[in-house]
Amino acid sequence: MFQRKSDILAAYLFLGILALGLIFTDVAMRQHLDAPVLKQRREIVRVLALTDLALFTEARYTRHPSMADRNTPFQDHPLSLEHFPSGSILALPPHLNTTATQ
Amino acid sequence: MGAFEKQRNIVDFTLSSLGRRKGKIISLGTVYTFVIFLLASVLFFTQAIKREAALLLQEAPEMTVQRLEAGRQGSIPKHYGDSIAAIRGVQSVRPRLWGYYYDSLSEATFTIMVNDELNEKPGEIIIGSAVKVRSAAGAENRVVRINDTFPFKTYDGSALLLKVKGILPLTSELEAADLILVSEKDYRTLFAVNNDHATDLVLRVRNTKELTTIATKIVQLHPDTRPVSREEILRTYEAIFDWRGGLIIVTMAGVLFAFIILAWDKATGLSAEEKREIGVLKAIGWETADILLMKFWEGVSVSILAFILGVFLAYLHVFVGSALLFEPVLKGWSVLYPDFRLTPHVDAYQLATLFFLTVIPYTVVTIIPSWRSATIDPDSVMRT
Repeated sequence: MFQRKSDILAAYLFLGILALGLIFTDVAMRQHLDAPVLKQRREIVRVLALTDLALFTEARYTRHPSMADRNTPFQDHPLSLEHFPSGSILALPPHLNTTATQ
Repeated sequence: MGAFEKQRNIVDFTLSSLGRRKGKIISLGTVYTFVIFLLASVLFFTQAIKREAALLLQEAPEMTVQRLEAGRQGSIPKHYGDSIAAIRGVQSVRPRLWGYYYDSLSEATFTIMVNDELNEKPGEIIIGSAVKVRSAAGAENRVVRINDTFPFKTYDGSALLLKVKGILPLTSELEAADLILVSEKDYRTLFAVNNDHATDLVLRVRNTKELTTIATKIVQLHPDTRPVSREEILRTYEAIFDWRGGLIIVTMAGVLFAFIILAWDKATGLSAEEKREIGVLKAIGWETADILLMKFWEGVSVSILAFILGVFLAYLHVFVGSALLFEPVLKGWSVLYPDFRLTPHVDAYQLATLFFLTVIPYTVVTIIPSWRSATIDPDSVMRT
């Protein structure tokens, strides 16, 4: 089928471009298919007045980072250290840099 | 011979030459693909989750007003809402009741929230699809089903049995996995909260441009409050995912550096066999430009192969396999972890960034040492 080695590279490049094309097609299709579901989810957020994602449920300040105080991770007991794994991969919400402890 | 045919001949020769160094190329290609796979996975995951968070939290309340008590968030008297509602531009003020409940049996922390629709039906709850409870029989946590009874221990020590009347859709796990919606009566019984207090107040405003003015007026009226605007919530999530993407890349830095060293080693030190090959080619009449072209095609074939395979595998990993490799990092000690499936968001800009960060540097480092070898005398190259 492939008489020359360059044909193999050309075929591979063609398949690769096809695969990337498939990715973009899948993205477009899934965004289209997920649109009604997303609408329903946005409605849940609106009706329940949710402010945060349920990404980390292990600690209060990681479950609702936008509602937390700067001191929340340290208030378990005096000299308490922040010790939850997700605490180390959460950044301080930007608004707490300026309005904390108001 | 046309330019196209010449390029084809060079590509043919390059691929044959690569075929003679199969082991080396396969191992390099595997590491290269893995590095691209990891980078692309981080890129796809952070972009998709950022987009999803932004789309969902667009519906979050325009402003949330908390009350601080000795520097911590405390409950807010409901009458604060009356004075806040009188501020020009505020459309509505609604008290929100929510809190955390640690279930010692399942060792999970749930978010308990009052839903107005349940106020007429005390004793009933609606739960997020990840809510689990320790089964009576043994150690296994099991997912709660409709009509199951969910036992709570109230803050005065008594038991409160609530019946599951609904489960939030599975698709809403990212925002509601650990939620338990209850009636106001059950909430106040569970947490022994004063009838005049709420957890915070949520505001709808007519014009979002007035949010800063409204926030200033609220703080002037009630200096013990802290307004959090929707923009701040959105910025929080933007920062979280930027930080996390950066953090994963930092932890992957070791892999990246190992790859850079490998590529650099390969690039700076051509093997004796490769040098001899270049010498022979020059001796039979190949020009320096032809040898550089050969090395260019060598770099391109390996890079493109690794790039396409790495990107494709990363796409499958993040959007079909729910970012399986990142799950242990994201889960932490959470007992309830949302099993969410992200809507893909990949654009040409992301792929171009990845391409310029990986393929171009590799291709360049393979050409430079060949140029050095290709410009020296073939006789001396063949003799070494």
